[in-house]
Amino acid sequence: MAKVTGIDIYKLLPKTNCGDCNFPTCMAFAMQVAAKKAALDQCPHVSAEAQSALGDAQAPPMLTVTIGAGEHELAVGGETVLFRHEEKFHHPTGVAIRISAGADDAEIDARLDAIAKLHFTRVGEEIGVNLVAIDGEGVDAARFGSVVEKVHGKTDLPLILLSADAGNLEAALNGAAASHPLIGPATDANWEAIAEIAGEKKLPILVRADSLEKLGELAEGLKGKGIENLVLQPDAEDLIGTLTQLTLLRRLSLEKVFRPLGYPTLAVAAGSSSEADSVAAGAAVCRYAGIVITDETDPERILPILTVRQNVYTDPTVPNAIEAKLYEIGSPGPDAPVILTTNFALTYFTVAGEVENSKVSAYITVVDTEGLGVLNAYADDKFTAESVVKTVQAQGAMDKVNHNKLIIPGLVAVLRMEIQEESGWEVIVGPEDAAGIPTFLRTEWSA
Amino acid sequence: MTVEIPDVKKNWPHTINAVTIGATSAEGGTRTSTVTIGGETTLPFYHFEGTMPNKPVVAMEVWDIPAEDWPDTVREPFADVLADPGAWAKACVETFGAELICLRLKGCDPNGADRSPDEAAAAAKQVAEAVGVPLIVWGCGNDDKDNEVFPVVAEALSGENCLLGTITEDNYKTLTALGTAYGHKLIAESPVDINMAKQVNILALDVGFPSENIVIYPSTGALGYGLEYVYSIMERLRIAGLKGDKVVAMPMLCDIGIEVWSIKEAKAPEDEVPGWGDVKARGPMWEASTATAYLLAGADVLIMRHPEAVRITKETISRLMGGGA
Repeated sequence: MAKVTGIDIYKLLPKTNCGDCNFPTCMAFAMQVAAKKAALDQCPHVSAEAQSALGDAQAPPMLTVTIGAGEHELAVGGETVLFRHEEKFHHPTGVAIRISAGADDAEIDARLDAIAKLHFTRVGEEIGVNLVAIDGEGVDAARFGSVVEKVHGKTDLPLILLSADAGNLEAALNGAAASHPLIGPATDANWEAIAEIAGEKKLPILVRADSLEKLGELAEGLKGKGIENLVLQPDAEDLIGTLTQLTLLRRLSLEKVFRPLGYPTLAVAAGSSSEADSVAAGAAVCRYAGIVITDETDPERILPILTVRQNVYTDPTVPNAIEAKLYEIGSPGPDAPVILTTNFALTYFTVAGEVENSKVSAYITVVDTEGLGVLNAYADDKFTAESVVKTVQAQGAMDKVNHNKLIIPGLVAVLRMEIQEESGWEVIVGPEDAAGIPTFLRTEWSA
Repeated sequence: MTVEIPDVKKNWPHTINAVTIGATSAEGGTRTSTVTIGGETTLPFYHFEGTMPNKPVVAMEVWDIPAEDWPDTVREPFADVLADPGAWAKACVETFGAELICLRLKGCDPNGADRSPDEAAAAAKQVAEAVGVPLIVWGCGNDDKDNEVFPVVAEALSGENCLLGTITEDNYKTLTALGTAYGHKLIAESPVDINMAKQVNILALDVGFPSENIVIYPSTGALGYGLEYVYSIMERLRIAGLKGDKVVAMPMLCDIGIEVWSIKEAKAPEDEVPGWGDVKARGPMWEASTATAYLLAGADVLIMRHPEAVRITKETISRLMGGGA
């Protein structure tokens, strides 16, 4: 990684170990600055020269670009790592649905209605599409302007305005400019004209070219005009070409800190079958796209894309935990089984899924193990007889049923007697693997 | 203004093992074709800096008993053949383009049909006779029962160079011995943990089973159900292998179908999940989307169920390998 190291920073410090920065030594402070846990200006003695040298070196290798305004404003880019196990990915890929300005009004209305429905709740999180891209290819300025106005009036989502004709973009911006759309594509042919329109209103620009060299040249040209809020679209021939360019761009900006290409990216997943376009969009999410444009509006093809994004952008350092409480699967009655598990999301959802499969309505009482699975929680003393009894009592599962049987995970069979003695319940050891739950509930369980 | 682009290509010092599954009559088996996986010199589909000599492959799943608990969407394409593992496997290969068959010995589960080792071997023979593609045979998951069943099954398929699974940290001695005795490759399973993935491979090595004959199964989670954990473990395993950690420089396998077809997103009809779209399209889409994410994380073999998901995924593999569009 082309990162500034603690040693690099130390060299620029006064090396007096005065402690004014609240760290014991200059070296300790330098390490904290390198880890981005302290800011350089916490040292009151650092020279202006050193500050500017470090400021340049510490500028983020990939800029963050904001599109839209208000509640649905979207930030893309600003990424710091190549792999999500190193550190989380920061700005989830913006999913954009494309509308052709050449389509008739009824179709445009239908697509806008469909887009409005592309919001879902998964694992307690709201996920949805983020942008509407209006493609002005093949229409005149008047038509493009009227479609942009119509879309702008009907959706709160940020817009991407696409036209190779700078004049058409300018016409369309009259109404939509205030919402800070991404405009473009800026290419070899039109970039100066687009720079003029965008520069005035400080709008982000989409830059498109078929090679990285060309993308770099255009980006440097725009930077020369003072424009730095850019999104790069490598225009490759096929899916693998697109993914390759996205990967190279990510490496260039993060590993080489190559400023001419240190911007977020955009990919278009369209032109094949609906199914192929949907998986291609998911692939672009996995391979670093800042924004992905699709023509799909059917929920069965959008939800998987949004879920890939939700998964890939999950912070890998935070245990994936669900709320520790009493859950009802189906409509449990007084003779329903009471099943104990942990609040590691994956464990809980696997158990809940298998209980659903069993078609036996049940209560699941969930111990707060700080997001650890059964075995890890047991090993860490977060899944003990005491915590189990306390949890089950507090959540009141036993008050809802007419029996006193508690089913515990087979992996902690060793806790059976202890829980039984502490609580007075009859403790039953369930299967070790969640896959055994349906059989267990159907054949072994009885209230 | 000319911009010179710095070279970001990496030269990884080590190559992932190539593993061949199946044996033709010339090689002591009865397969009409074999499949080789692995052999990568770079990260998945990084054709710009290395080679991926063998494309990832799709195996379709067949059971030794009718798959009564599969959701309707994925049972329907096999409705006529579910009672006959041979006919089922034939449909997968000839109609739906399976490149391998994964026979899952679900019927042996002592908590289920509890079928005998001989019955399992008979099902395996049926499949082997019905199709010419290489075979994966997956136990029922109960260690004690699998250790009774596999000796008979591995012998019945002697010389076929199947991929048998799984060995785990707690249960590897029987299968490693059988793999050596009857000429089969093995799947090494670990619970989404890079150290445990290493550990089981080391244990197999210690009893003399060569790492060149092992495929890593790092566990699988459906899209939306822990996929990200496995995805990152796979990326780390592949990076470690390419950097020279020989104990993990192996092809990887994902068991997609069994995970996807047990979750709500693939199963729930639209009246239960309003706004999620037609379940008949959603299920296969979910399976294909899950498969695609794992391909990009480094999967070399995908075990799948729905013919439409298999079709989309094979097309995706072709696109990722540079086969156009």
